[in-house]
Amino acid sequence: MRPTTSSAASTGRHWRAADGATAVTTTPLDPQNWSCPVPLRDHPTIVMGHGGGGRLGAELIEHLFLPAFGGTGSILAQLGDAAVVQAGAARLAFSTDSFVVRPRFFPGGNLGDLAVNGTVNDVAMTGAVPLFLSAGFVLEEGLALDELGILAQTMGAAARRAGVEVVTGDTKVVDAGHGDGAYITTAGVGLIAPGVDLGPHRVQPGDVVLVSGPIGLHGIAVLSVRDGFEFGSEILSDTAPLNGLVAALLAAGVDVHMMRDPTRGGVAAILNEIAASSDTGVEIVERSVPVPEPVSAACSLLGLDPLEVANEGRLVAFVGRDDADHALEVLRSDPLGVGATAIGQVVAEHAGVVVARTGIGGTRVVDLPLSEQLPRIC
Amino acid sequence: MKYLDEFADPELARGLLDDIARTVTRPWSIMEVCGGQTHTIIRNGIDQLLPDDVTLIHGPGCPVCVTPLETIDRALAIAARPEVIFCTFGDMARVPGSNGDLLSVKAAGGDVRLVYSPLDAVHLARQFPEREVVFFAIGFETTAPANAMTVQMARRLELTNFSLLVSHVLVPPAMTAILEAPRRRVQGFLAAGHVCTVMGMAQYVPLVERYQVPIVVTGFEPLDVLEGIRRVLAQLEEGRAELENAYPRAVSFEGNPTARRVVDEVFEVCDRQWRGIGLIPRSGWRLAPAFAEFDAEQRFDVGSIVAEESPRCRSGEVLQGHITPPQCEAFGTGCTPRSPLGAPMVSSEGACAAYYQFRRLNGPALASS
Amino acid sequence: MCLGIPGRVEEVWEADGTRMATVDFSGIRKEVCLAYVPDVVVGDYTIIHVGFALTRLDEASALETLALFREAGLLDQELGTA
Repeated sequence: MRPTTSSAASTGRHWRAADGATAVTTTPLDPQNWSCPVPLRDHPTIVMGHGGGGRLGAELIEHLFLPAFGGTGSILAQLGDAAVVQAGAARLAFSTDSFVVRPRFFPGGNLGDLAVNGTVNDVAMTGAVPLFLSAGFVLEEGLALDELGILAQTMGAAARRAGVEVVTGDTKVVDAGHGDGAYITTAGVGLIAPGVDLGPHRVQPGDVVLVSGPIGLHGIAVLSVRDGFEFGSEILSDTAPLNGLVAALLAAGVDVHMMRDPTRGGVAAILNEIAASSDTGVEIVERSVPVPEPVSAACSLLGLDPLEVANEGRLVAFVGRDDADHALEVLRSDPLGVGATAIGQVVAEHAGVVVARTGIGGTRVVDLPLSEQLPRIC
Repeated sequence: MKYLDEFADPELARGLLDDIARTVTRPWSIMEVCGGQTHTIIRNGIDQLLPDDVTLIHGPGCPVCVTPLETIDRALAIAARPEVIFCTFGDMARVPGSNGDLLSVKAAGGDVRLVYSPLDAVHLARQFPEREVVFFAIGFETTAPANAMTVQMARRLELTNFSLLVSHVLVPPAMTAILEAPRRRVQGFLAAGHVCTVMGMAQYVPLVERYQVPIVVTGFEPLDVLEGIRRVLAQLEEGRAELENAYPRAVSFEGNPTARRVVDEVFEVCDRQWRGIGLIPRSGWRLAPAFAEFDAEQRFDVGSIVAEESPRCRSGEVLQGHITPPQCEAFGTGCTPRSPLGAPMVSSEGACAAYYQFRRLNGPALASS
Repeated sequence: MCLGIPGRVEEVWEADGTRMATVDFSGIRKEVCLAYVPDVVVGDYTIIHVGFALTRLDEASALETLALFREAGLLDQELGTA
C-alpha cells in the first residue's frame, strides 16, 4: 500500500493499494494540541527534536504512533523502554532501538557497541535476562566494507560480552546520498523470572534514587568529535552492557522497584518520565550527582546541563529506602558499578516534578528536556 | 586556583547570604542586565535564597531575546537559500520568527549549522569555497571583539564567500532606556561583568551620576552574583549611589583597549530595534562601510520582510521589568517553552522560561498569579 | 551573552599571523585565539568567550575576592547574627 499524498494536512489520508481497488481512510491528525513549536502546527513535519528523547518525541509517540498501534489501553501504552509481554507461561521483555549516531566511531566505542548494548540494556531494565537479538542494517551505497566489518565484529564481541546471541538479521542498501553511512536497528528479547516485578507502579515516596556511576561521558565523548564542536578530551564513552549489574542486584535480593538507563535526554529525562509515570515527586541533590570534571567543563563550555547528557553504560535505580546501602554495596562490587552513589529520593510532594537542591543550597526544577540539547553560548 | 569551584563554595555562599539578610531592612528591586547572570541565578536557586524584601528583575541582557523579529526573519530567509551554509550559536536556533525558526528551516532542508565560535564559520568558508557561509553575529559587547577579529581574518584571507548578519546590541543605552522609563522599579543594577571586561567601566559613571543608582560590576559564578547583590543592597541601605567593581579578577576600569580598537575599526554605532522594547537610539553596532563586503544584509536580497509579532506576547514589558512573566495572560497557557510566543520563553536565560520552571514547582494554581 | 569560562593556557603558537593557544578546561582542550591578550603566556588563566580570550585572570585579585567573601561570613559570626 502506498500513500497517494504525503503533504501536511489535518484531513484524513487515503491509502490505496497498487491496484487502486481498495482504500483505507485513517483518522485525521490534529497537531493543534501537540507541543511542537508554533510553526510546526502549520507545517507538520519531523524535526530533529522528535528523536531527542524528550518532550517532542514523547508527543509524537502519544499523538501519532499510539493511536495507530493500539491506543491507551494497550501494552505499547505502558511506554517502557521494553515491553513486558506474556507468551504462554513465559514473561518476556521485548525491545527495539535504532542507532544512528554520528560520527559512527567515537572515543570509547562505535555504532556497533551502542547497537548491542543499547538494546541489551533496555531489556535488562525490566529485570529480564536478555537472550537474543536481531540486527537490521540499512547501509548506504558506497560504505566501505572495512568499516562494516569493524561494526559487525564489534557487535559480535559486545554480544558475547553481554551473554546474548544475534540470531537473525537483515540488510538493505539505499542509494548513495540517502542513508548517512549506516543505520543499525536491533531488537532484543529476554526472560523475566517469576517474582520479578519492576516498574513505575512500585515506586513510592521514600525510595532512594541511585545512579551506577559518573554521568555524561557518552554524550560528551561523541560531541568531542562532532563537526562544529570538536575539542580535545580524554573522555571515553561509557557504553557497556548492564545486565550483569541487574542480575547481581536481583540475585542479592535487593528491593529494587524500578530501573532505567539514562540514554538520550540523560538523567533528567529518566527522572521526569518516572516521576510522571509513577505520579510521585523526585528530589535530587546536585552535589551528590557524580559528574567527572572534564564532563562538567565541557558542559560549561558548551552551555549544556550534565543531567541532560546521554549515557550508554549507566543505570538509575529506585530502591526501597531500607535497602539502599545494600544496593550500593552490590553495585560497587561490580566493575561497572564502582562509582555507584545515591543522588536523591522519591517524595510525595510536587508529583510529576523533579527538583534539585543546588550546590549553594537553593532549589531548581529539573525539567524534561524539550528536544535535542542546543549548546548554549549565552 | 581554577577560578570555578572556589566561586561556588557553599559555605562562602551561606556567609554572603547571611550578610545580605542582616543588611536588608526594607524592599528593594535590583536588575541584573546580563542573561548569563540570570542563568546563574535561576540555575542555583539564588532567587529563593534571598530575603523576601529583595526582588530581582531580570533585564534585557539576553541578546537572543532582543534580536529584532525582522532580523530573525531575514536570517530564516537567508538560511533557506540553497547556496548558503548558515552558522549560528545554539540558543538562536529555536527563537521564533514570524513563521518558523532556524531549526524548522533546517528541517525543510536548509543548511543550518550550530557552531561554538565565529572562527568555525570562517573554517567552513575556507573548506567550502563554492558555498556562501553566513554567520549570525548577535550579542552584546562581549561578543563583538570575536566577530570583529573574524571579519579582519576573513579580509586577510581574501575570502569572498563569507559574511555576517549583524545584530549587536549595547548595554549602557539599554540601561538608560530602563532608567528613563516612567514606571521604573529598578533601584540598582548588576552590570554585566564580561561586557566590562571588554569595554571597561567608564560608560557607567554618567549613569550613576545622572540617575543616582548603584551599579556594581558583577561576575557569573554563584558567589560573584551574591556579592554583586550584596554590594548593591549595602549601597541602597546606606543611601549611596556608586560604581563598584565586584569582579576585579576579570575587570579593570579601562577594559581591553586592544579589543575596543578592533571593534571600533570593524563596527560603527547605529540605532537598534530591541525586540519587544522598540527602538533605542545608538544602541547597536553594525559593520562599518569599509567592511560592507562582509555584510550579509547587503549581500543577500531577500525581498521585503514583513515581521509579525504575536499580538499576545508581552515580552517587551517583561524585558524592562514592568511586569513579571506570570502577569502576562499567555504565560503558561498559550506560551510555554514548548510553544513559545516570544524569545524570553525560549532562551535558557529568558525571564519567562525561568519563571515557568518555578511555577511547575509550586503547582498550576500559581499560573494566574 | 557573557558565557566566558576560565581556562589555563597550555600551548601558544601563531597561525595566519594570529596568536593562538590550546587552553585546558579541567581536561577539555580547545583551540582559542589570543589576539586580544598579548601579555598572556603559558600557565596563565584566561576567560574564553566564543573561542577568544578576553582577559588574563588575575590570581592575586581572585584570592583577595575570596578572602573578602570569607570575611563577610565571619563578620556575621562575630556579631552573632549568622
